[in-house]
Amino acid sequence: MKKLVILGAGTAGTMMASHLIKKLKKSDWEITIVDQYKTHYYQPGFLFLPFDTYKPEDVKKSIDEFIPKGVKLIREKIDFIDKDSDTVVLENGTKLTYDILILATGTKTAPGEVQGMLGDYWYKTIFDFYTFEGALALRDKLRDWKGGKLVIHITEMPIKCPVAPLEFAFLADTFFINKGIRDKVDITYVTPLSGAFTKEKCTTALTYLLKDKNIKIVPDFAVEHIDGENGKIVDYGGEEVPFDLLVTIPTNMGDDLMSRSGIGDDMNYVPTDKNTLQTKVKENIFALGDCTNVPASKAGSVAHFQAEILTENILLYIEGKELKPDFDGHANCFIETGHGKALLIDFNYEYEPVSGKFPFAGIGPLNLLTESRLNHWGKLAFRWVYWNMLLPARKLPFITPKMSKAGKNFD
Amino acid sequence: MEKVYAGQTVSVDKEGYLTDLAQWNKDIAIEIGKEVGINELTDKHFEVLAYLQDQQRKEVALSIRGVGKSGIVDIKQLYELFPKGPLKFSSKMAGIPKPKSCI
Ligand SMILES: Cc1cc2nc3c(=O)[nH]c(=O)nc-3n(C[C@H](O)[C@H](O)[C@H](O)COP(=O)(O)OP(=O)(O)OC[C@H]3O[C@@H](n4cnc5c(N)ncnc54)[C@H](O)[C@@H]3O)c2cc1C
Repeated sequence: MKKLVILGAGTAGTMMASHLIKKLKKSDWEITIVDQYKTHYYQPGFLFLPFDTYKPEDVKKSIDEFIPKGVKLIREKIDFIDKDSDTVVLENGTKLTYDILILATGTKTAPGEVQGMLGDYWYKTIFDFYTFEGALALRDKLRDWKGGKLVIHITEMPIKCPVAPLEFAFLADTFFINKGIRDKVDITYVTPLSGAFTKEKCTTALTYLLKDKNIKIVPDFAVEHIDGENGKIVDYGGEEVPFDLLVTIPTNMGDDLMSRSGIGDDMNYVPTDKNTLQTKVKENIFALGDCTNVPASKAGSVAHFQAEILTENILLYIEGKELKPDFDGHANCFIETGHGKALLIDFNYEYEPVSGKFPFAGIGPLNLLTESRLNHWGKLAFRWVYWNMLLPARKLPFITPKMSKAGKNFD
Repeated sequence: MEKVYAGQTVSVDKEGYLTDLAQWNKDIAIEIGKEVGINELTDKHFEVLAYLQDQQRKEVALSIRGVGKSGIVDIKQLYELFPKGPLKFSSKMAGIPKPKSCI
Protein backbone atom coordinates (compact mmCIF):
# COMPACT_ATOMS: atom_id res chain seq x y z
CA MET A 1 0.00 0.00 0.00
CA LYS A 2 1.42 3.39 -1.00
CA LYS A 3 1.02 6.48 1.12
CA LEU A 4 0.00 10.00 0.21
CA VAL A 5 0.10 12.59 2.99
CA ILE A 6 -1.48 16.06 2.84
CA LEU A 7 -0.32 18.70 5.34
CA GLY A 8 -3.03 21.25 6.23
CA ALA A 9 -6.80 20.80 6.02
CA GLY A 10 -7.76 24.34 5.04
CA THR A 11 -9.06 25.37 1.64
CA ALA A 12 -6.33 23.79 -0.48
CA GLY A 13 -5.67 20.61 1.51
CA THR A 14 -9.35 19.74 1.82
CA MET A 15 -9.92 20.24 -1.92
CA MET A 16 -6.94 18.00 -2.71
CA ALA A 17 -8.27 15.26 -0.43
CA SER A 18 -11.66 15.50 -2.14
CA HIS A 19 -10.12 15.31 -5.62
CA LEU A 20 -7.68 12.51 -4.89
CA ILE A 21 -10.07 10.17 -3.08
CA LYS A 22 -12.09 10.11 -6.32
CA LYS A 23 -9.05 9.40 -8.50
CA LEU A 24 -6.70 7.11 -6.59
CA LYS A 25 -7.41 3.40 -6.29
CA LYS A 26 -8.39 2.60 -2.71
CA SER A 27 -6.58 -0.72 -2.81
CA ASP A 28 -3.31 0.99 -3.83
CA TRP A 29 -3.26 4.27 -1.92
CA GLU A 30 -3.80 5.34 1.66
CA ILE A 31 -4.52 9.08 1.98
CA THR A 32 -3.85 10.93 5.25
CA ILE A 33 -4.45 14.60 6.02
CA VAL A 34 -3.07 16.44 9.06
CA ASP A 35 -4.25 19.65 10.71
CA GLN A 36 -3.76 21.10 14.17
CA TYR A 37 -7.26 22.59 14.58
CA LYS A 38 -10.88 21.48 14.85
CA THR A 39 -12.39 24.42 13.00
CA HIS A 40 -12.41 25.25 9.31
CA TYR A 41 -12.92 28.99 8.86
CA TYR A 42 -14.41 30.55 5.76
CA GLN A 43 -11.74 33.27 5.70
CA PRO A 44 -13.35 35.52 3.04
CA GLY A 45 -16.13 35.96 5.64
CA PHE A 46 -13.67 37.68 8.00
CA LEU A 47 -14.14 40.81 5.88
CA PHE A 48 -17.79 41.00 6.87
CA LEU A 49 -17.50 40.18 10.59
CA PRO A 50 -16.28 43.61 11.73
CA PHE A 51 -19.33 45.27 10.15
CA ASP A 52 -21.76 42.81 11.74
CA THR A 53 -22.84 41.64 8.26
CA TYR A 54 -21.82 38.06 9.02
CA LYS A 55 -22.16 36.41 12.40
CA PRO A 56 -19.37 34.21 13.79
CA GLU A 57 -21.41 31.06 13.11
CA ASP A 58 -21.59 31.98 9.41
CA VAL A 59 -17.84 31.53 8.93
CA LYS A 60 -16.95 28.41 10.90
CA LYS A 61 -17.61 24.71 10.58
CA SER A 62 -15.90 21.60 11.81
CA ILE A 63 -12.91 20.45 9.74
CA ASP A 64 -14.12 16.84 10.01
CA GLU A 65 -17.30 17.64 8.09
CA PHE A 66 -15.33 18.17 4.87
CA ILE A 67 -12.81 15.36 5.00
CA PRO A 68 -14.14 12.78 2.54
CA LYS A 69 -14.81 9.22 3.65
CA GLY A 70 -11.76 7.05 3.12
CA VAL A 71 -9.30 9.80 4.00
CA LYS A 72 -7.68 9.54 7.41
CA LEU A 73 -7.63 12.81 9.40
CA ILE A 74 -5.01 13.31 12.10
CA ARG A 75 -5.50 16.27 14.44
CA GLU A 76 -2.03 17.23 15.55
CA LYS A 77 0.52 19.95 15.04
CA ILE A 78 3.15 19.15 12.42
CA ASP A 79 6.64 19.52 13.79
CA PHE A 80 8.86 19.00 10.76
CA ILE A 81 9.44 17.27 7.45
CA ASP A 82 12.50 15.09 7.00
CA LYS A 83 12.68 15.09 3.23
CA ASP A 84 15.67 12.75 3.09
CA SER A 85 13.80 9.91 4.76
CA ASP A 86 10.36 10.84 3.31
CA THR A 87 8.95 11.28 6.80
CA VAL A 88 6.74 13.85 8.53
CA VAL A 89 7.16 14.14 12.29
CA LEU A 90 4.19 15.36 14.35
CA GLU A 91 4.43 17.22 17.63
CA ASN A 92 3.41 14.16 19.65
CA GLY A 93 6.31 12.24 18.13
CA THR A 94 4.29 10.24 15.60
CA LYS A 95 6.15 9.61 12.35
CA LEU A 96 4.29 9.46 9.05
CA THR A 97 6.16 8.08 6.07
CA TYR A 98 4.99 8.96 2.59
CA ASP A 99 5.50 8.21 -1.07
CA ILE A 100 3.95 11.53 -2.06
CA LEU A 101 3.66 14.63 0.13
CA ILE A 102 1.38 17.59 -0.57
CA LEU A 103 1.98 20.85 1.31
CA ALA A 104 -1.09 22.99 1.99
CA THR A 105 -0.27 24.72 5.25
CA GLY A 106 -1.23 28.20 4.07
CA THR A 107 0.03 31.50 5.43
CA LYS A 108 -0.78 33.41 8.59
CA THR A 109 -0.29 36.82 10.12
CA ALA A 110 2.89 37.56 12.05
CA PRO A 111 2.19 40.81 13.94
CA GLY A 112 5.34 40.25 16.02
CA GLU A 113 7.45 41.18 12.98
CA VAL A 114 6.85 44.92 13.34
CA GLN A 115 8.01 46.69 16.46
CA GLY A 116 5.10 48.14 18.43
CA MET A 117 2.33 46.23 16.70
CA LEU A 118 1.80 43.59 19.38
CA GLY A 119 1.67 44.96 22.89
CA ASP A 120 -0.43 47.29 25.02
CA TYR A 121 -2.45 48.66 22.11
CA TRP A 122 -3.13 45.41 20.26
CA TYR A 123 -6.90 44.94 20.08
CA LYS A 124 -7.39 48.29 21.83
CA THR A 125 -6.52 50.77 19.06
CA ILE A 126 -4.61 48.43 16.72
CA PHE A 127 -6.48 45.59 15.02
CA ASP A 128 -6.25 43.04 12.25
CA PHE A 129 -9.20 41.37 10.54
CA TYR A 130 -7.25 38.49 8.96
CA THR A 131 -7.88 36.26 11.98
CA PHE A 132 -11.20 35.23 13.50
CA GLU A 133 -10.22 36.77 16.86
CA GLY A 134 -9.05 40.00 15.25
CA ALA A 135 -12.20 40.41 13.16
CA LEU A 136 -14.39 39.92 16.25
CA ALA A 137 -12.35 42.29 18.41
CA LEU A 138 -12.64 44.90 15.65
CA ARG A 139 -16.41 44.34 15.44
CA ASP A 140 -16.72 45.10 19.14
CA LYS A 141 -14.59 48.21 18.74
CA LEU A 142 -16.57 49.51 15.74
CA ARG A 143 -19.89 48.97 17.50
CA ASP A 144 -19.31 52.00 19.70
CA TRP A 145 -16.47 53.89 18.02
CA LYS A 146 -17.40 57.54 17.76
CA GLY A 147 -15.10 58.45 14.89
CA GLY A 148 -11.64 59.90 14.34
CA LYS A 149 -8.72 58.93 12.14
CA LEU A 150 -9.13 55.45 10.69
CA VAL A 151 -5.99 54.14 9.02
CA ILE A 152 -6.08 50.97 6.93
CA HIS A 153 -2.59 49.70 6.47
CA ILE A 154 -0.67 46.95 4.67
CA THR A 155 2.64 46.09 6.34
CA GLU A 156 4.40 44.28 3.51
CA MET A 157 3.69 42.12 0.47
CA PRO A 158 2.83 39.40 -0.30
CA ILE A 159 -0.39 39.04 1.69
CA LYS A 160 -3.28 36.69 1.15
CA CYS A 161 -6.27 38.15 -0.60
CA PRO A 162 -4.44 41.34 -1.63
CA VAL A 163 -7.71 43.14 -2.39
CA ALA A 164 -9.26 42.56 1.07
CA PRO A 165 -7.74 45.71 2.64
CA LEU A 166 -9.24 47.87 -0.12
CA GLU A 167 -12.57 46.14 0.27
CA PHE A 168 -12.35 46.88 3.98
CA ALA A 169 -11.81 50.58 3.23
CA PHE A 170 -14.82 50.70 0.88
CA LEU A 171 -17.08 48.82 3.30
CA ALA A 172 -15.95 51.05 6.17
CA ASP A 173 -17.04 54.10 4.15
CA THR A 174 -20.52 52.61 3.67
CA PHE A 175 -20.67 51.46 7.30
CA PHE A 176 -20.00 54.95 8.68
CA ILE A 177 -22.40 56.58 6.19
CA ASN A 178 -25.13 54.20 7.36
CA LYS A 179 -24.29 55.00 10.97
CA GLY A 180 -24.54 58.71 10.18
CA ILE A 181 -21.00 59.51 11.32
CA ARG A 182 -19.04 59.47 8.06
CA ASP A 183 -18.27 63.19 8.49
CA LYS A 184 -16.52 62.35 11.76
CA VAL A 185 -14.33 59.66 10.23
CA ASP A 186 -11.20 60.41 8.27
CA ILE A 187 -10.17 57.34 6.22
CA THR A 188 -6.58 56.87 5.01
CA TYR A 189 -5.24 53.89 3.07
CA VAL A 190 -1.52 53.29 3.62
CA THR A 191 0.33 50.84 1.37
CA PRO A 192 3.94 49.82 0.65
CA LEU A 193 3.01 49.62 -3.05
CA SER A 194 3.12 52.60 -5.40
CA GLY A 195 -0.66 52.77 -5.55
CA ALA A 196 -3.90 51.19 -4.36
CA PHE A 197 -4.11 49.17 -7.54
CA THR A 198 -0.71 48.07 -8.72
CA LYS A 199 -1.80 46.79 -12.09
CA GLU A 200 -1.95 49.60 -14.59
CA LYS A 201 -5.39 48.88 -16.07
CA CYS A 202 -6.97 48.43 -12.66
CA THR A 203 -5.51 51.74 -11.55
CA THR A 204 -6.92 53.58 -14.54
CA ALA A 205 -10.31 51.94 -14.14
CA LEU A 206 -10.64 52.13 -10.37
CA THR A 207 -8.91 55.17 -8.94
CA TYR A 208 -12.27 57.00 -9.02
CA LEU A 209 -13.51 54.68 -6.26
CA LEU A 210 -11.11 56.13 -3.73
CA LYS A 211 -11.82 59.69 -4.83
CA ASP A 212 -15.60 59.25 -4.77
CA LYS A 213 -15.47 57.81 -1.29
CA ASN A 214 -13.08 60.43 -0.01
CA ILE A 215 -10.43 57.92 1.01
CA LYS A 216 -6.90 59.33 1.14
CA ILE A 217 -4.02 57.21 -0.01
CA VAL A 218 -0.41 57.16 1.22
CA PRO A 219 1.65 54.99 -1.18
CA ASP A 220 5.26 53.71 -0.93
CA PHE A 221 5.02 53.56 2.86
CA ALA A 222 7.19 50.92 4.49
CA VAL A 223 6.44 50.79 8.19
CA GLU A 224 9.45 50.75 10.50
CA HIS A 225 7.58 50.83 13.80
CA ILE A 226 4.21 51.63 15.33
CA ASP A 227 3.94 54.15 18.13
CA GLY A 228 0.76 53.02 19.87
CA GLU A 229 1.03 55.54 22.68
CA ASN A 230 1.06 58.54 20.37
CA GLY A 231 -1.11 56.88 17.74
CA LYS A 232 1.12 56.93 14.68
CA ILE A 233 2.82 54.63 12.24
CA VAL A 234 6.32 55.60 11.18
CA ASP A 235 8.11 54.53 8.01
CA TYR A 236 11.80 53.90 7.32
CA GLY A 237 12.14 57.32 5.72
CA GLY A 238 10.72 59.02 8.85
CA GLU A 239 7.27 59.77 7.40
CA GLU A 240 4.46 59.55 9.99
CA VAL A 241 0.76 58.81 9.62
CA PRO A 242 -1.39 59.50 12.70
CA PHE A 243 -4.30 57.24 13.70
CA ASP A 244 -7.00 56.86 16.32
CA LEU A 245 -7.90 53.43 15.01
CA LEU A 246 -5.40 51.36 13.05
CA VAL A 247 -6.59 48.39 11.01
CA THR A 248 -3.41 46.72 9.85
CA ILE A 249 -2.62 43.71 7.72
CA PRO A 250 0.46 42.37 9.53
CA THR A 251 3.30 40.64 7.70
CA ASN A 252 2.05 37.33 6.29
CA MET A 253 4.32 34.32 6.64
CA GLY A 254 4.21 30.61 5.94
CA ASP A 255 4.28 28.22 8.89
CA ASP A 256 7.48 27.90 10.96
CA LEU A 257 7.44 24.22 10.16
CA MET A 258 9.08 25.17 6.85
CA SER A 259 12.06 26.83 8.50
CA ARG A 260 12.34 23.99 11.03
CA SER A 261 12.50 21.62 8.06
CA GLY A 262 14.97 23.80 6.18
CA ILE A 263 12.74 24.09 3.12
CA GLY A 264 11.28 27.61 3.25
CA ASP A 265 12.45 30.96 1.91
CA ASP A 266 12.89 33.99 4.19
CA MET A 267 9.09 34.29 4.56
CA ASN A 268 8.72 30.51 5.15
CA TYR A 269 7.22 30.02 1.69
CA VAL A 270 8.15 26.88 -0.21
CA PRO A 271 10.04 27.24 -3.51
CA THR A 272 7.67 25.71 -6.05
CA ASP A 273 7.53 25.47 -9.84
CA LYS A 274 4.99 28.12 -10.77
CA ASN A 275 3.43 26.07 -13.58
CA THR A 276 3.56 22.42 -12.41
CA LEU A 277 3.27 22.96 -8.62
CA GLN A 278 6.01 20.45 -7.93
CA THR A 279 8.28 21.86 -5.22
CA LYS A 280 11.95 22.49 -5.78
CA VAL A 281 12.57 20.70 -2.49
CA LYS A 282 12.22 17.14 -3.79
CA GLU A 283 10.36 15.58 -6.71
CA ASN A 284 7.83 13.70 -4.55
CA ILE A 285 6.80 16.87 -2.69
CA PHE A 286 4.11 19.12 -4.20
CA ALA A 287 2.56 22.34 -2.91
CA LEU A 288 -0.45 24.54 -3.53
CA GLY A 289 -2.39 27.39 -1.97
CA ASP A 290 -0.88 30.12 0.16
CA CYS A 291 2.18 28.14 1.33
CA THR A 292 4.06 28.33 -2.01
CA ASN A 293 6.30 31.09 -3.34
CA VAL A 294 4.65 31.17 -6.79
CA PRO A 295 3.99 34.74 -7.94
CA ALA A 296 0.20 34.30 -8.10
CA SER A 297 -2.30 35.88 -5.71
CA LYS A 298 -2.72 34.05 -2.45
CA ALA A 299 -6.45 33.40 -2.74
CA GLY A 300 -8.95 30.60 -2.37
CA SER A 301 -9.88 30.94 -6.03
CA VAL A 302 -6.26 30.39 -7.00
CA ALA A 303 -6.03 27.34 -4.71
CA HIS A 304 -9.16 26.01 -6.43
CA PHE A 305 -7.65 26.29 -9.92
CA GLN A 306 -4.37 24.87 -8.65
CA ALA A 307 -6.12 21.88 -7.06
CA GLU A 308 -7.55 20.76 -10.41
CA ILE A 309 -4.18 21.04 -12.12
CA LEU A 310 -2.20 19.48 -9.29
CA THR A 311 -4.57 16.50 -9.18
CA GLU A 312 -3.77 15.79 -12.81
CA ASN A 313 -0.07 16.21 -12.18
CA ILE A 314 -0.11 13.82 -9.21
CA LEU A 315 -1.71 11.19 -11.45
CA LEU A 316 0.93 11.80 -14.13
CA TYR A 317 3.68 11.59 -11.52
CA ILE A 318 2.35 8.24 -10.28
CA GLU A 319 2.36 6.92 -13.85
CA GLY A 320 5.93 8.14 -14.29
CA LYS A 321 4.91 10.63 -16.99
CA GLU A 322 5.98 14.21 -17.50
CA LEU A 323 4.07 16.83 -15.50
CA LYS A 324 1.94 19.41 -17.30
CA PRO A 325 2.97 23.07 -16.85
CA ASP A 326 -0.69 24.04 -16.82
CA PHE A 327 -1.07 26.50 -13.97
CA ASP A 328 -1.08 29.97 -15.52
CA GLY A 329 -1.52 32.04 -12.35
CA HIS A 330 -5.26 32.39 -12.92
CA ALA A 331 -7.10 34.32 -10.20
CA ASN A 332 -10.69 35.41 -10.09
CA CYS A 333 -11.72 37.76 -7.31
CA PHE A 334 -14.74 39.78 -6.33
CA ILE A 335 -13.97 43.19 -4.87
CA GLU A 336 -16.62 44.64 -2.56
CA THR A 337 -17.00 48.35 -3.26
CA GLY A 338 -19.68 49.22 -0.70
CA HIS A 339 -23.35 50.19 -1.02
CA GLY A 340 -24.26 46.66 -2.07
CA LYS A 341 -22.02 46.60 -5.12
CA ALA A 342 -18.89 44.74 -6.14
CA LEU A 343 -16.42 44.38 -8.98
CA LEU A 344 -15.05 41.21 -10.47
CA ILE A 345 -11.49 40.82 -11.69
CA ASP A 346 -9.98 37.96 -13.67
CA PHE A 347 -6.25 37.77 -14.42
CA ASN A 348 -3.19 35.52 -14.58
CA TYR A 349 0.64 35.60 -14.69
CA GLU A 350 0.57 37.10 -18.14
CA TYR A 351 -2.51 39.30 -18.34
CA GLU A 352 -3.65 42.13 -16.11
CA PRO A 353 -7.28 42.26 -15.01
CA VAL A 354 -9.23 42.89 -18.18
CA SER A 355 -12.68 44.27 -18.88
CA GLY A 356 -15.36 42.16 -20.54
CA LYS A 357 -17.90 39.53 -19.49
CA PHE A 358 -17.65 36.47 -17.27
CA PRO A 359 -18.04 33.51 -17.47
CA PHE A 360 -19.80 33.60 -20.87
CA ALA A 361 -18.24 35.62 -23.67
CA GLY A 362 -20.48 38.55 -24.61
CA ILE A 363 -23.23 37.49 -22.20
CA GLY A 364 -21.79 37.43 -18.73
CA PRO A 365 -23.91 37.79 -16.69
CA LEU A 366 -21.06 39.17 -14.63
CA ASN A 367 -19.20 42.27 -15.81
CA LEU A 368 -15.47 42.42 -15.30
CA LEU A 369 -13.91 45.56 -13.83
CA THR A 370 -17.30 47.27 -13.53
CA GLU A 371 -19.29 47.74 -10.34
CA SER A 372 -22.63 45.98 -10.13
CA ARG A 373 -25.15 44.61 -7.65
CA LEU A 374 -24.95 41.22 -9.31
CA ASN A 375 -21.25 40.99 -8.50
CA HIS A 376 -22.03 41.72 -4.86
CA TRP A 377 -24.60 38.92 -4.81
CA GLY A 378 -21.98 36.74 -6.46
CA LYS A 379 -19.60 37.45 -3.61
CA LEU A 380 -22.23 36.65 -0.99
CA ALA A 381 -23.29 33.48 -2.83
CA PHE A 382 -19.70 32.40 -2.80
CA ARG A 383 -19.95 31.24 0.81
CA TRP A 384 -22.46 28.59 -0.22
CA VAL A 385 -20.36 27.65 -3.23
CA TYR A 386 -17.31 27.34 -0.98
CA TRP A 387 -18.83 24.91 1.52
CA ASN A 388 -20.90 22.95 -0.98
CA MET A 389 -18.95 22.93 -4.23
CA LEU A 390 -15.31 23.87 -3.70
CA LEU A 391 -14.38 21.87 -0.62
CA PRO A 392 -16.02 18.64 -1.87
CA ALA A 393 -14.32 19.29 -5.26
CA ARG A 394 -17.54 19.36 -7.27
CA LYS A 395 -16.94 20.86 -10.67
CA LEU A 396 -18.05 24.47 -11.00
CA PRO A 397 -19.85 24.74 -14.30
CA PHE A 398 -18.30 27.02 -16.94
CA ILE A 399 -15.28 28.06 -14.89
CA THR A 400 -11.98 26.71 -16.16
CA PRO A 401 -8.70 26.48 -14.27
CA LYS A 402 -6.88 28.27 -17.08
CA MET A 403 -7.88 31.84 -17.76
CA SER A 404 -10.26 31.98 -20.70
CA LYS A 405 -9.69 34.76 -23.20
CA ALA A 406 -13.14 34.68 -24.76
CA GLY A 407 -15.30 37.76 -24.30
CA LYS A 408 -12.53 39.82 -22.77
CA ASN A 409 -10.90 42.95 -24.07
CA PHE A 410 -7.16 42.54 -24.52
CA ASP A 411 -5.10 45.13 -26.29
CA MET B 1 11.95 48.95 -26.38
CA GLU B 2 15.37 50.52 -26.46
CA LYS B 3 17.01 53.24 -24.48
CA VAL B 4 20.42 54.90 -24.46
CA TYR B 5 22.31 55.09 -21.18
CA ALA B 6 25.87 56.34 -20.94
CA GLY B 7 26.17 56.20 -24.70
CA GLN B 8 25.11 52.58 -24.89
CA THR B 9 21.86 51.25 -26.33
CA VAL B 10 20.11 48.76 -24.06
CA SER B 11 16.76 47.00 -24.29
CA VAL B 12 14.22 47.80 -21.59
CA ASP B 13 10.63 46.86 -20.76
CA LYS B 14 7.83 49.41 -20.73
CA GLU B 15 8.67 50.48 -17.19
CA GLY B 16 12.32 51.00 -18.04
CA TYR B 17 13.80 47.86 -16.47
CA LEU B 18 16.65 46.28 -18.44
CA THR B 19 15.64 43.04 -20.09
CA ASP B 20 19.18 41.74 -20.61
CA LEU B 21 21.51 41.81 -17.64
CA ALA B 22 24.49 41.23 -19.96
CA GLN B 23 24.03 44.79 -21.27
CA TRP B 24 24.49 46.29 -17.79
CA ASN B 25 27.51 48.25 -16.58
CA LYS B 26 28.22 50.62 -13.71
CA ASP B 27 27.76 53.76 -15.80
CA ILE B 28 24.26 52.62 -16.69
CA ALA B 29 23.48 52.18 -12.98
CA ILE B 30 24.70 55.71 -12.31
CA GLU B 31 22.44 57.18 -15.01
CA ILE B 32 19.37 55.23 -13.88
CA GLY B 33 20.18 56.39 -10.34
CA LYS B 34 19.96 60.01 -11.48
CA GLU B 35 16.58 59.30 -13.10
CA VAL B 36 15.15 58.04 -9.84
CA GLY B 37 16.70 60.79 -7.76
CA ILE B 38 19.77 59.03 -6.38
CA ASN B 39 22.61 61.27 -7.42
CA GLU B 40 25.60 59.77 -5.75
CA LEU B 41 26.48 56.11 -5.72
CA THR B 42 28.75 54.74 -3.02
CA ASP B 43 30.50 51.39 -2.80
CA LYS B 44 27.63 50.26 -0.58
CA HIS B 45 25.16 50.96 -3.38
CA PHE B 46 27.20 48.82 -5.74
CA GLU B 47 27.52 46.05 -3.18
CA VAL B 48 23.73 45.90 -2.95
CA LEU B 49 23.38 45.93 -6.73
CA ALA B 50 25.87 43.07 -7.07
CA TYR B 51 23.99 41.08 -4.44
CA LEU B 52 20.68 41.59 -6.28
CA GLN B 53 22.22 40.51 -9.59
CA ASP B 54 23.61 37.44 -7.91
CA GLN B 55 20.22 36.51 -6.45
CA GLN B 56 18.64 37.09 -9.86
CA ARG B 57 21.12 34.67 -11.48
CA LYS B 58 20.25 32.10 -8.84
CA GLU B 59 16.53 32.74 -9.55
CA VAL B 60 15.82 33.63 -5.94
CA ALA B 61 12.70 35.81 -5.53
CA LEU B 62 13.69 39.19 -4.10
CA SER B 63 12.27 40.73 -0.98
CA ILE B 64 13.27 43.66 1.20
CA ARG B 65 13.44 41.23 4.09
CA GLY B 66 15.86 39.07 2.11
CA VAL B 67 18.18 41.98 1.33
CA GLY B 68 17.99 42.94 5.01
CA LYS B 69 19.35 39.49 5.87
CA SER B 70 22.07 39.56 3.20
CA GLY B 71 24.71 40.79 5.62
CA ILE B 72 25.40 43.79 3.36
CA VAL B 73 22.82 46.23 4.72
CA ASP B 74 19.95 46.09 7.18
CA ILE B 75 16.50 47.25 6.06
CA LYS B 76 16.96 50.74 7.45
CA GLN B 77 20.21 51.22 5.54
CA LEU B 78 18.59 49.89 2.38
CA TYR B 79 15.93 52.61 2.68
CA GLU B 80 18.61 55.21 3.25
CA LEU B 81 20.51 54.12 0.14
CA PHE B 82 17.43 53.90 -2.09
CA PRO B 83 14.83 56.27 -0.59
CA LYS B 84 11.15 55.76 -1.49
CA GLY B 85 11.69 52.68 -3.59
CA PRO B 86 14.31 50.41 -2.07
CA LEU B 87 13.53 47.31 -4.07
CA LYS B 88 12.05 48.99 -7.15
CA PHE B 89 14.88 51.45 -7.63
CA SER B 90 17.71 49.11 -6.68
CA SER B 91 16.42 46.45 -9.08
CA LYS B 92 16.14 49.00 -11.86
CA MET B 93 19.68 50.19 -11.22
CA ALA B 94 20.93 46.59 -11.02
CA GLY B 95 19.51 45.89 -14.47
CA ILE B 96 17.20 43.11 -13.32
CA PRO B 97 13.40 42.76 -13.72
CA LYS B 98 10.99 44.62 -11.46
CA PRO B 99 10.28 42.45 -8.42
CA LYS B 100 6.86 40.84 -8.61
CA SER B 101 4.22 42.01 -6.24
CA CYS B 102 0.76 40.85 -7.04
CA ILE B 103 -2.26 43.06 -6.71
C1 LIG C 1 -9.95 38.53 5.30
C2 LIG C 1 -9.73 37.55 4.18
C3 LIG C 1 -10.50 37.64 3.04
C4 LIG C 1 -10.32 36.74 1.99
N1 LIG C 1 -11.13 36.86 0.89
C5 LIG C 1 -10.96 36.00 -0.15
C6 LIG C 1 -11.80 36.09 -1.31
O1 LIG C 1 -12.70 36.93 -1.39
N2 LIG C 1 -11.58 35.23 -2.33
C7 LIG C 1 -10.59 34.28 -2.28
O2 LIG C 1 -10.44 33.52 -3.24
N3 LIG C 1 -9.77 34.17 -1.19
C8 LIG C 1 -9.93 35.00 -0.13
N4 LIG C 1 -9.13 34.88 0.98
C9 LIG C 1 -7.95 33.98 0.94
C10 LIG C 1 -8.25 32.51 1.23
O3 LIG C 1 -8.94 32.37 2.43
C11 LIG C 1 -6.93 31.75 1.29
O4 LIG C 1 -6.17 32.05 0.14
C12 LIG C 1 -7.14 30.24 1.34
O5 LIG C 1 -7.76 29.89 2.54
C13 LIG C 1 -5.80 29.51 1.21
O6 LIG C 1 -5.94 28.15 1.43
P1 LIG C 1 -4.77 27.27 2.05
O7 LIG C 1 -5.31 25.90 2.14
O8 LIG C 1 -3.52 27.50 1.30
O9 LIG C 1 -4.55 27.84 3.53
P2 LIG C 1 -5.57 27.78 4.77
O10 LIG C 1 -6.97 27.69 4.28
O11 LIG C 1 -5.22 28.93 5.63
O12 LIG C 1 -5.23 26.40 5.50
C14 LIG C 1 -3.99 26.08 6.09
C15 LIG C 1 -4.22 24.99 7.12
O13 LIG C 1 -2.96 24.43 7.50
C16 LIG C 1 -2.95 24.21 8.88
N5 LIG C 1 -1.57 24.24 9.39
C17 LIG C 1 -0.61 25.15 9.12
N6 LIG C 1 0.51 24.85 9.78
C18 LIG C 1 0.28 23.72 10.49
C19 LIG C 1 1.07 22.93 11.39
N7 LIG C 1 2.33 23.23 11.68
N8 LIG C 1 0.48 21.84 11.94
C20 LIG C 1 -0.80 21.51 11.65
N9 LIG C 1 -1.58 22.22 10.83
C21 LIG C 1 -1.06 23.32 10.25
C22 LIG C 1 -3.78 25.35 9.45
O14 LIG C 1 -4.29 25.00 10.74
C23 LIG C 1 -4.88 25.52 8.40
O15 LIG C 1 -6.03 24.78 8.70
C24 LIG C 1 -9.32 35.73 2.08
C25 LIG C 1 -8.54 35.63 3.23
C26 LIG C 1 -8.74 36.52 4.29
C27 LIG C 1 -7.90 36.40 5.53
